[in-house]
Amino acid sequence: MVPAIVDSLLQRSLEDLIKGLRIQMIGETQYLNKAMEDIRKEIKSTDHQMKAIALQKLTYLNMLHGFDMNWASFHVVEVMSMPRFFHKKIGYLAACQSFSEQTEVLLLITNQLKKDLGGTNEYEVGLALNCLSVIATCDLARDLTPDIFTLLGSSKIYVKKKAISVVLRIFKKYPDAVRVAFKRLVENLERSDVQTSSAVIGVFCELTMDDPVSYLPLAPEFYRLLVDSKNNWVLIKVLKIFAVLAPLEPRLAKRIVEQVSDLMRKTMAKSLLLECIRTVVSGLSDYKSAVQLSAEKIRDFLVEDDPNLKYLGLQVLSTLMPNHLWAVLENKELIVKSLDDEDPSIRLVALNLVMGMVSEENLVEFSQVLVHYALKSEPEFSNKILGSVLSTCSRNLYQLVSDFDWYVALLGDISRNPHCRHGQEIERQLIDIALRVEDARAELVRVSRDLLINPALLGNQFLHRVLSAAAWICGEFSEFLKDPFEIMEALIQPRTVLLPPLSRAVYIQSALKVLVFCFHGYMNKKENMLCDLHSGSRGSQRIVGEDLSLQVGNGGLEVSETDGKSCSAAEGSESVGGEILADFDEIEALRDDGLIFKKESLLHLVNLIKMAIGPLLESDDVELLERARNLLGLVDLLEDSPGFLAVNEGEENANSVPESSEIIELMHGVFLEELTPVSVHAQERVQAPDGLTLPQNLSELAAIIGEDPLSPSGVSIGPPQSGEWDNISFLNKQKQEPEPSGEGKSLLEEHRKRHGLFYLSPSKGETESNLDYPSANVVEAPNDTPNAPSDLVRLTEKTFVSKKPTRAKPRPVVVKIDDGDEVVTQTEKQMKGSKEDLLAGVIRDVLLSGKGDPSSSSSHRKEKNIMDMHTPEENSEAIEKNRHGSPSSKRTKHKSHGKGRHKSSGKNEDNEKHKNGHHQNTKHRSWRRAESPRKVDPQAQVIPDFLL
Amino acid sequence: MGIRFILLVNKQGQTRLAQYYEYLTLEERRALEGEIVRKCLARTEQQCSFVEHRTYKVVYRRYASLFFLVGVDNDENELAILEFIHLLVETMDRHFGNVCELDIMFHLEKAHFMLEEMVMNGYIVETNKSNILAPIHLMDKAS
Repeated sequence: MVPAIVDSLLQRSLEDLIKGLRIQMIGETQYLNKAMEDIRKEIKSTDHQMKAIALQKLTYLNMLHGFDMNWASFHVVEVMSMPRFFHKKIGYLAACQSFSEQTEVLLLITNQLKKDLGGTNEYEVGLALNCLSVIATCDLARDLTPDIFTLLGSSKIYVKKKAISVVLRIFKKYPDAVRVAFKRLVENLERSDVQTSSAVIGVFCELTMDDPVSYLPLAPEFYRLLVDSKNNWVLIKVLKIFAVLAPLEPRLAKRIVEQVSDLMRKTMAKSLLLECIRTVVSGLSDYKSAVQLSAEKIRDFLVEDDPNLKYLGLQVLSTLMPNHLWAVLENKELIVKSLDDEDPSIRLVALNLVMGMVSEENLVEFSQVLVHYALKSEPEFSNKILGSVLSTCSRNLYQLVSDFDWYVALLGDISRNPHCRHGQEIERQLIDIALRVEDARAELVRVSRDLLINPALLGNQFLHRVLSAAAWICGEFSEFLKDPFEIMEALIQPRTVLLPPLSRAVYIQSALKVLVFCFHGYMNKKENMLCDLHSGSRGSQRIVGEDLSLQVGNGGLEVSETDGKSCSAAEGSESVGGEILADFDEIEALRDDGLIFKKESLLHLVNLIKMAIGPLLESDDVELLERARNLLGLVDLLEDSPGFLAVNEGEENANSVPESSEIIELMHGVFLEELTPVSVHAQERVQAPDGLTLPQNLSELAAIIGEDPLSPSGVSIGPPQSGEWDNISFLNKQKQEPEPSGEGKSLLEEHRKRHGLFYLSPSKGETESNLDYPSANVVEAPNDTPNAPSDLVRLTEKTFVSKKPTRAKPRPVVVKIDDGDEVVTQTEKQMKGSKEDLLAGVIRDVLLSGKGDPSSSSSHRKEKNIMDMHTPEENSEAIEKNRHGSPSSKRTKHKSHGKGRHKSSGKNEDNEKHKNGHHQNTKHRSWRRAESPRKVDPQAQVIPDFLL
Repeated sequence: MGIRFILLVNKQGQTRLAQYYEYLTLEERRALEGEIVRKCLARTEQQCSFVEHRTYKVVYRRYASLFFLVGVDNDENELAILEFIHLLVETMDRHFGNVCELDIMFHLEKAHFMLEEMVMNGYIVETNKSNILAPIHLMDKAS
């Protein structure tokens, strides 16, 4: 016994522990571990004081330092059962903090709790109730329901209010308790003392949120509290209840609207005012005067300097927006100003509101200003802005966009924003528009060209997707290209090594298309010329024939100058290895001559391709390798074929049809066919041929795939080859190949100086090479918008004076496929709607035994704003969908109980329920009944005339 | 459930009191506290006192070196929660007299008891300071 006393004298109290911890500057962990060691010893002591203190320390360390205390759960029970209040309290706190449903010792505490609940010390009872409200399990709730019931009628207010609060947890864990305790709970609602009513209204508020319909019969009680109560906490809860009840019962809404408006006018408390506004917005939005009043109050929030009020005001506005856009428009200046707010959350809400105000008439101005504004914003918000502009404009197949040239240009601008992270979305939209809107293609090609010829953009990895879309567009619609050579050079420029292999493959494929287009153009031209020739205009032939004579040999190109004026062209040809950027003067000159597709330019192009694409023949990437081979294959084929550019012949012979032109014709024909959008359901419509039998499962295929030595992606073989590509530049290449000539080399050097930007130094990695191009990527902030928000304000003033849309030109046709698009949006809608419905989940499945017609659907869905007002078809459809869905949570189940009950309980039942208090009883009965397939009419619910 | 948790955190980010109204494992608690504290402490005075986090929002208020953070459901009234925080501080102030971080550190169980009186089951049951403090006074007298 003696050592125990000594121990207990020497034991460090919690205070000692904390003090000790505070002076530990270093080695805190060590100190805490030591303390834990002590606790483990002390907690086993038979001395009450020592055990309790040890547990207290453990609780402290668990709460603030994250030490596990599950191992001590039995000790917790021990301390809970100690006779002294001081010890008991420690035990109960520890239990609240560490016990979960899985804690095994919970089975041991039922009697202890029973004893404490029945004790005479009200504070002990309070401890037990408090603990129960945190840890009650189904078993505990069931066993202790009678005790709770007794306590609900306690004369001690302290005990009663805690008993009321604990009821919520009991109901949730053990629904049958409702049968016992509901009546008493309702009786307490009728009492007038503040402590009881605030506790009981708290319970009802929670219950109502889960299942509003069942509590409609209690509306008169709630109404009385709304009128009588002077306590703001109580009023807030009552308002919350009415916010969900009012939409269910129009007469109720009518009854409370004056009262709520009155509160709104009178109250000084902002919290209560906020709750009033929310109630009006969500429950009374049909009452114009009340909404008007709320809008005024919201405005008061917005004009205040308090960021809290501003945020809340904006938030309420966004809930008001769908039905009362005018309230948003009234505050447009304030909203737009908030785009500049210091608080990112305020900016975000404001952005949503701004996007909500966008209409067909003001889309252009709004988007323009927002995109400019995004340039100056910090990256995260900038992306939010761009994201919402993109989604707003593309909504519903670009419903709001009438000028696609403008929108395509805007997409280009958005891509150039250095913060832009929406590459994938822009890629999708560019291609989507290209396929759907024929009229926009010319502009698309122009925008794509601008993106492609800027080598700096290749350094921004977020743009790679956009660039590959641009490359595809330029290839697919090459007939719109003003200068195919320039694009060609852009597509095979050395910086494309920065692209991921797949994008690079797109580049090369596009290069193939452009090449075919160039040759095709040249041949057409030649034919025309020959016609001209025959009709006797020899002048033009001289230009073609005389200014250069070309010879192909040894892979290099020898050019002899015969004419001074074509010096630049010769220069270009000589510096084969380096000359990739278009020499604009030359091109211009050619264009002036009306001879874009000149023989020498084509030859130059061919050499360029060989130079740039050649190294890719050893690429590790299958896709890349394949495309490169295609391109080079075509080039080789053309070169070998007789009549290639008519070089091998001295004079052009009009009578022989060169074979190369056939190849080109063929290739051109391949690419000529127009691509159109494809319905997502296209595959389904393909009838399986009669003789086709597919194996039941694809295990054979799996086996084949399993044998495949390729990496899982199946695209690239071997390790990433970035290092290798970094080293491949035209400079390196140059060294390996026979050098063209001394003069060529010096010219090359000069050229390199001029176009210094263009060359990757072999040693530099990707990131470094990015640094070469900082300036090109940064788009200067536009001067014309010094302050975007104020600009927007002006704009709103301008554009909201509801002017009629004055379209300069009619909206181009946007190709819609018969059902594909609609179906997509519809299924999206369904997904959205059913997600909510499906919360109701599994039980409903049983309830309606799912014999509905799943086809009639989402058109009804719009009308649905009350959760429980589904049509039968919708329900059954939801069930159909849910049948194979994931299992729902407990909470879900609970909710669906409620719905099931609502379905089956008619007017009488409702009244009955209220009168005899056997509320949950009914619920369970009806649920059980419903399990047998029984015809239920969900619309049968009639709300009793309780308020009139 | 309105209130999910209440945290008191000093400006170094150390938790001084934690009360959860739904069961979370130790790891979940640590992770949650870490994320929320990082988010809230980074905010300036000019920004609003509400932070959305995962499925709920955090209403917070700073008193000297101590942050009071309350995690609530999305439909909870933020301004009422701010008033609740203020009420909590006033109650502590009345009991401890010029309450500071140290008072809470050394009288954690009392601070806890006050919270238990004010909030049960995740909603506010008692808002009268005298009522909240009455049992604590009794206990003080008894010991």
